[in-house]
Amino acid sequence: MSFDPEAMALLGARMAQGTPQAAALRFRLGSVDGTGAAMAVPWREELVGDPETGVMAGGVITTLLDHVCGLSVSCAVIAAGGGFMQFGMATLDLRIDYMRPAQPRREVIALARCYKLTRSIAFVRASAFEDDEANPVATAQAAFAFTGPRTPPGRPVPEASAPADAA
Amino acid sequence: MIDTRAVPTREERLAAMLAAIPYMRFLGMTAELAGDEMTAILPFAPHLVGNVMIPALHGGVIGAFLEMTALCQLGVREPLRRLPKTIDVTIEYLRPGRAQTTYARADVRKVGRRIANVHVEAWQEHRASPVAALRGHFLLSLPDIEERAAP
Repeated sequence: MSFDPEAMALLGARMAQGTPQAAALRFRLGSVDGTGAAMAVPWREELVGDPETGVMAGGVITTLLDHVCGLSVSCAVIAAGGGFMQFGMATLDLRIDYMRPAQPRREVIALARCYKLTRSIAFVRASAFEDDEANPVATAQAAFAFTGPRTPPGRPVPEASAPADAA
Repeated sequence: MIDTRAVPTREERLAAMLAAIPYMRFLGMTAELAGDEMTAILPFAPHLVGNVMIPALHGGVIGAFLEMTALCQLGVREPLRRLPKTIDVTIEYLRPGRAQTTYARADVRKVGRRIANVHVEAWQEHRASPVAALRGHFLLSLPDIEERAAP
């Protein structure tokens, strides 16, 4: 498979630092590979959604999940031989199930896998957790539409490989 | 804090929620009431941008704003001891959120004994051209459920 780790590392760094909202939330890049991406958001007082428990707002998890889903699509496009940032994309929909509150004062990690690419749409699953993917705070399912100027090749996503430890 | 049982008016309940939740201040979100109709307002701020090329609001920010709007509407609707918990949300993105003020209104479709179903829509310049919509389920807190169950 045409896997360009340099392009992905560059892309990951850009996604973690170059987006104002990601920088404001202090997103930290965990890992990127052919189909998956991981990112983390540190707990902070000003991100709390329930002052009685100190639990981070669901909206922060929503933004982290949306962000890492988008990154995983870019990774999948690169891995499938599409050019680096030669396409635009828009989130069509994002469904999030909140299983439990995030633990207060702990970083939350989100892991996304783009499991299907077509010529016009990318399908992604993701989950958010503190340290155990099997015990998620939230899971997500998203669809992205490719917009101009160039659509990526509609080749199948390469065999999924587990991203490196995100912690 | 969030316990709004002792707060008599919708305006005061809304103000109490806006003041108590740090993340709403992080977003810079406010809300206004006209009778029982609440409009949530998200003024544009540079830190909310997700795509600097367009520039467009981060999709996650729009989703978060819609979710907070739903929670505020539930709190305005009736006094609650605790904030409801979000069970699930489905966010549909219809147009890019431009670098402008965004508004949202929530429609509480049903409040059962434990679970509320809420639809929210966000728009910018024109109400008829929404930028995003959310459908979600919210779980009322245990004390609030028990209070309802009590005779």
